[in-house]
Amino acid sequence: METIVTGILLGGTYALIAIGLTLQYGVSRIMNLANGETLIAACFVTFWLFTSYAVNPIWGILVIAPIAFAVNWAIYMLLLKPLVDRARNQGMLEVDSILATFGLLFLFQGLMLRSFGGAYTSYAFLAERFELFGAYYGLNRVVAFGAACVIALALYLFLYWTRYGTAVRAVAVNPGSARLVGIDVAKAAALSFALGGALTACGGTLISTFYTFNASMGVVFTMKALIIVIMGGVGDVRGALIAALILGIAETAVAGLIDPGLTLAATYALFTFVLLFRPQGIFGRQQA
Amino acid sequence: MTRLSSGEVLTGILGAATLGVLALLPLADQGYYLSLAINMVLFAALCTAWTLFSGPTHYVSLATAAFYGLGTYTVGLGLDYLPFPVLVVMGGVVAAILAGLVGAATLRISGVYFVIFTFGLAELVRQIVSYTQVKLSSRMGLYVFTDFTERDIYWMLLGLTAVVFITGWLINRSRLGFAMQIIGNDETVAKHSGIDTAKLKIILFMISGAFIGIAGAIIAPRYSYVEPPGAFSPMISFLVVIMALLGGTRKLWGPLVGVIPFTIVMDIVSVRFPNDTSIVMGLAFLVIVYLLPDGITGRLEQFWAYLKKPRAAPEAAPVEERA
Repeated sequence: METIVTGILLGGTYALIAIGLTLQYGVSRIMNLANGETLIAACFVTFWLFTSYAVNPIWGILVIAPIAFAVNWAIYMLLLKPLVDRARNQGMLEVDSILATFGLLFLFQGLMLRSFGGAYTSYAFLAERFELFGAYYGLNRVVAFGAACVIALALYLFLYWTRYGTAVRAVAVNPGSARLVGIDVAKAAALSFALGGALTACGGTLISTFYTFNASMGVVFTMKALIIVIMGGVGDVRGALIAALILGIAETAVAGLIDPGLTLAATYALFTFVLLFRPQGIFGRQQA
Repeated sequence: MTRLSSGEVLTGILGAATLGVLALLPLADQGYYLSLAINMVLFAALCTAWTLFSGPTHYVSLATAAFYGLGTYTVGLGLDYLPFPVLVVMGGVVAAILAGLVGAATLRISGVYFVIFTFGLAELVRQIVSYTQVKLSSRMGLYVFTDFTERDIYWMLLGLTAVVFITGWLINRSRLGFAMQIIGNDETVAKHSGIDTAKLKIILFMISGAFIGIAGAIIAPRYSYVEPPGAFSPMISFLVVIMALLGGTRKLWGPLVGVIPFTIVMDIVSVRFPNDTSIVMGLAFLVIVYLLPDGITGRLEQFWAYLKKPRAAPEAAPVEERA
């Protein structure tokens, strides 16, 4: 029971990161391997705001999310849009975007190493005990989970209850047909990429409240987010949510029951299972 | 098998002559230049082996570090019990088995899954190796003591590179190579002409992985102490991708053109600016994507074609432009 609750609390934050990535890949068709760097950058900014100006991380989101949105929008327009325009087919765009975002990954990682050093960083925020179902959990984890739920709910309302959200989902399903019904696909793609980056940054801010991080850790999170995205089905927000919770529970269980050094093995076991039996994702439909 | 053309014979003779000259290098210098040359030959072998698979399929494989580390580890584990040449072969076999498993899980479906799977593969293998090692022997590293000098390692790697080249050339001449060309150009066409695309890709991935494993095994005596974080360092995978793509993957010798300058660059950077290696690698990736999409050799070929083309004739309607 304790494992499941801890797993769900962790999975909530993973979900935000993975939803960010699934928007970027599902709608903008960019496999953003530098996603984890956005997350770590958000961790450092939150840390800096908290230690220098005593800004509560939860309020920090209000600053960090818009910045991440703007930065990711600029990255898309300046670096990735040219690749989209030059690609002759989906395969070419995939290879190009993978290589370009690898470049960004190493560039950002190197810049963060320069600015913050390679040391592990953490800070104490709401490091108190919180009782839930007769067991104790870190209050910061519970708060982070709550905040993640609020953000996810807001995103859900945007995607499923507004015209613009519907347009974004339409592009995820089929960019060609979306264009036919008068949706500005290029604009929707840029918006989704920026929105995905902002969500990932929110996830980063929340994770920094209870997790020890360093400048070169982004890749680990990118890896987890990628696997969640594939488990949930590319571009599927609900699938990503469920998959993130499964991954959170599986990781906590393996770390607690077998060995903390084997969390990635747990992730991979899940990944292989999905690839072999449901490559289209949990809720995905078989491609025709 | 067709008969050799005169051009191929010439290339073969030139290649053998270059190999002979390169083999003399340790006689001239045993210090810094030999050590730099070992790095170059190592990456030449790794990048050419990588290109065997990733060149025709366009799948960016990041599994290099996993195969390489397995090769190194096989030598480290077995050195007390088995002779070195046997271990080198075993390193190749173990890597090929892993390649087969990864290929079977991912190469039947789209390429993105393959990239993602190999992205964390080295880290996964590292975790499993560390875990089993701690469970079984309660220590982390392995000592690799042999009588090999840097010079022996250099010669062995040079020999391996030659074998990789010959294998690549033989594959290109075989039915497998022909099939891979079709798959690379259009997978749907390949499937419709009765090619078992998944099976061929897995076979090629295993060959490529085996060579990378062998390279890892040969280099093991150089480290004398092998630890999981070092042996499975993900940097190797990324460096191989950068060097191979920088050179260009269309020709068998393409990666070499990237290996030589980039090994020197990385050598300078790691000495003078040890904290900025990631920045240099990041910039290298961006340069490849935006300025050299087909690598240096691709650009050279374009330039060559431009020179050869008669100036007067205006370009015929470009067919590929339509998308």
